[in-house]
Amino acid sequence: MSTVTLRNLGKSFGKTQVLKDIDLQIEDGEFVVLVGPSGCGKSTTLRIIAGLEEATTGTVEIAGRVVNNLEPKDRDIAMVFQNYAIYPHMTVRKNIGFGLRTARMTRAEKDERIEEVARILDMTDLLARKPSQLSGGQRQRVAIGRAMVRDPAVFLFDEPLSNLDAQLRTQMRLEIKKLHQRVESTIIFVTHDQVEAMTMADRIVIMKDGVIQQVGTPSDVYHKPANTFVAGFIGAPSMNMLPGTGSSDGILLKSGVNFTGGPAGTEGRSVLLGVRPEDLTPNGAATLVEGRVTVREPLGHETLIYVDTGAGEVIAKADGRHPPAVGETIRLSALPQNVHIFDAATGQALT
Amino acid sequence: MTATDIRASSETLLTVEAPKKAANMGQVVRWLILFLGGIVMIMPIVYMLSTSLKWPHEVYNVNLWPKEPTIENYTFVLEDGRFYGWMINSTVIALITTASNLFFDSLVGYTLCKFRFPGRYIVFIAILSTLMIPTEMLVIPWYLMSQQFGWLDSYWGIMFPGLMTAFGTFLMKQFFETVPDDFIEAARIDGLNELQIWWTVAMPLVRPALAALAIFVFLGNWTAFIWPLIVTNSVEMYTLPVGLSSFGDEADVQWELIMTGAAISTIPTLVFFLVFQRFIIRGVVMAGLKG
Repeated sequence: MSTVTLRNLGKSFGKTQVLKDIDLQIEDGEFVVLVGPSGCGKSTTLRIIAGLEEATTGTVEIAGRVVNNLEPKDRDIAMVFQNYAIYPHMTVRKNIGFGLRTARMTRAEKDERIEEVARILDMTDLLARKPSQLSGGQRQRVAIGRAMVRDPAVFLFDEPLSNLDAQLRTQMRLEIKKLHQRVESTIIFVTHDQVEAMTMADRIVIMKDGVIQQVGTPSDVYHKPANTFVAGFIGAPSMNMLPGTGSSDGILLKSGVNFTGGPAGTEGRSVLLGVRPEDLTPNGAATLVEGRVTVREPLGHETLIYVDTGAGEVIAKADGRHPPAVGETIRLSALPQNVHIFDAATGQALT
Repeated sequence: MTATDIRASSETLLTVEAPKKAANMGQVVRWLILFLGGIVMIMPIVYMLSTSLKWPHEVYNVNLWPKEPTIENYTFVLEDGRFYGWMINSTVIALITTASNLFFDSLVGYTLCKFRFPGRYIVFIAILSTLMIPTEMLVIPWYLMSQQFGWLDSYWGIMFPGLMTAFGTFLMKQFFETVPDDFIEAARIDGLNELQIWWTVAMPLVRPALAALAIFVFLGNWTAFIWPLIVTNSVEMYTLPVGLSSFGDEADVQWELIMTGAAISTIPTLVFFLVFQRFIIRGVVMAGLKG
């Protein structure tokens, strides 16, 4: 059992509180991604789990035992760093085998283990090389190999892909995901890239200012964002937020359009109506957005269009082949089930 | 081809030529300055060698090549039994202080760089501030200390002030700053204790700095004069520079013998430098990081 449980975790550097009341239960074999903008506390959380930082309050449990007072090496974890941190003065073989130095194994067993890891990562012929003779992707693989060789209960990844170029990042993303399916270990992965989070995670933990905003599957956080921050952070381009006021028969938007639907009990309250660019379609039944197209951004399979509604700009996705022309006035509507209503004051979802 | 085309192409040629000439002139000036610098650096060595080949009566004659070159001085110095003793003294002292500096300076530098503890900054400043006190001022307290401990006229007395230096500590601390914390944290997770991390991970990454420090310390101790002169009494305990200076007295300085000894004594420093400069290879640290 390689569960990880964070209870009431808090961290302060002097007077600055960087983590507040983090409660999180990670199941055995789960791939959990911590995501958020820089300074949200995601790396600090990971470093506390690793034992590189001490928690100010709360407890960390790995496989059912509280590890707060254990050294990193006694926590049965392995970590892959953003800068890879593979030792430049050692060969790939030594780097991978480094974590086995203190293991109680015979030399032959260690060698066998190293070869096995190298086979899984497809780098058997690179074992004799030094890091300076490897490409960025290969170095990253050595770093992963060094973590794998110890067969830890939990893998920790601290933004391991952010130094790679876009193409390699996509490739490594896939490789890490395949690796997870193969070794079935618990993985906690930190990133600031919401695409990485969406594509890799079983569950996503979205953080901001040291507080967990939402925990859920990629589908959950995308389709049922808990608040305006999650709604804006997940998905590119971001969800449109149309300000309005609740009324007896729906929501009266600032642009003058009335949206019928939405939750009850919003009368007189300021709300935000959120709708994703791809959920805005032309020529629907009830018009939600009406305005002039100001900018077009062709992406090939689709075109992003920026619509000036008079009460703010709205982004919509249009067909790639026949997008509306700049200057054209268009009407867009959305299905009621694709519309999210948020409290304008607290940002919390009301739907 | 029209006339305009021709003019255009000749102009292009001119613009290509002009900066090339300027670059050549710059190069000449640069080489000239370097050459003059080289002359300034090499002349004392040339004079040392030339003087070591002269008879005493010719020493104050500034010609570069002796009129009657002789190796008599070398025979004299090498046959004089004292020289070997001084050479051994200097070698032992320089090697031990170098090893001691490499070990302690890097240990303290690493601690000051990578550990957060109360008073860290004060300790660092205290170490640095000792650099502001000149050796001449320290010689008397050192002497009194040596006397009280009974270290006068011994290896230990010659070596103890230099076994660890503020400069070396500072140098190593600065170099450890270039070792990313990721390396150290990765090793910590891999189960090494702090001493093992220092020795197996951090030290190999600062090898160029260690080589530089080794050269500094070795040369510094090899050529040290004032302190060994004061702390030693017996001729057997002299280091090379002190011993060489004893070739003269108030009435007469035997320059040809001093220069001969100096010429011989540069050989170990040359060997030491040639061995250690190979390790001064830059960019070792960065290879394990992002590519």
